[in-house]
Amino acid sequence: MITKMGVASVFVNDYEEAKAFFVDKLGFELRSDVQMENGFRWLTVGPPSSPAFQLALTVPGPPMHDEETAASIRALMAKGALSAGAWNTDDCRKTYEEYAARGVEFLQEPAERPYGVEAVFRDNSGNWYSLNELNDQAFDQRAMAEAFESGTSE
Amino acid sequence: MTTTPPGTAAVNTLLAVRRARDMIDRCYAEPVDLDRIAREAGYSRYHLVRAFRAAYGETPGRFLTRRRVERAQDLLRSVNVTVTEVCHLVGFSSLGSFSSLFTELVGMSPSEFQRSAHENAPPPIPGCYVLMWSAPMTTNAARRSPGQKPDAPTD
Repeated sequence: MITKMGVASVFVNDYEEAKAFFVDKLGFELRSDVQMENGFRWLTVGPPSSPAFQLALTVPGPPMHDEETAASIRALMAKGALSAGAWNTDDCRKTYEEYAARGVEFLQEPAERPYGVEAVFRDNSGNWYSLNELNDQAFDQRAMAEAFESGTSE
Repeated sequence: MTTTPPGTAAVNTLLAVRRARDMIDRCYAEPVDLDRIAREAGYSRYHLVRAFRAAYGETPGRFLTRRRVERAQDLLRSVNVTVTEVCHLVGFSSLGSFSSLFTELVGMSPSEFQRSAHENAPPPIPGCYVLMWSAPMTTNAARRSPGQKPDAPTD
């Protein structure tokens, strides 16, 4: 049985720029930075509060991708179409203030949502993430159904 | 001849239209016109509309309208505010065009949508709370210096 998420993966434009963003702007820890013989670089970071979790930062290209595949991924990144998910925080508004002061680009300021307080930001490769302070009913399926399904059906 | 990798021009175009799109997502509640959107991308209005549509399948104006209507749906669903208040909160200046665009996109009028949304459960959030929290959006935009690109390198 799977117990929890260990590694999530996100494409980035440049290893050094991405590492600087996650470590300096978001306050993540560097978890691993290893260059393999075939040129593949295993670069992972993670929030200090989640010591067992790694976010792998990968530049599209060889040896994993042919040039056409890499170009397609770069185009999707440039369009801002990719996301690697949602981060949790104990205080969305405080974290927003901290990150915005460091120059993190927010698409949406903290706002009350049915599941808590949420903001949306991009990393410096164009990937977007939610920043969530979840409330008590975030995992209450009935409450979420009422919040999101009402008004959409006759 | 430059030695930039293949596809660089296309990627740069996508980055420019994304700046425009992100600006719409950030500032939909403010008076946003095509000149301001095009300026964000660094393009002429004509070039922006073409490149934006090629990338995202709709014009920037249409995207702005859809964003505003989507935000309006969210407010009508979750907040105890009037249709007129919602209209202005999401950036429309005319109640008439808000109602007709909302009806066109959602399939029912804002008041019908609000009624049906509140049939099952009352809106969870008091309107005054959201009205207070909607203020920082403007102050944040004002804090940004006019020429500053929001996704220029941050270092």
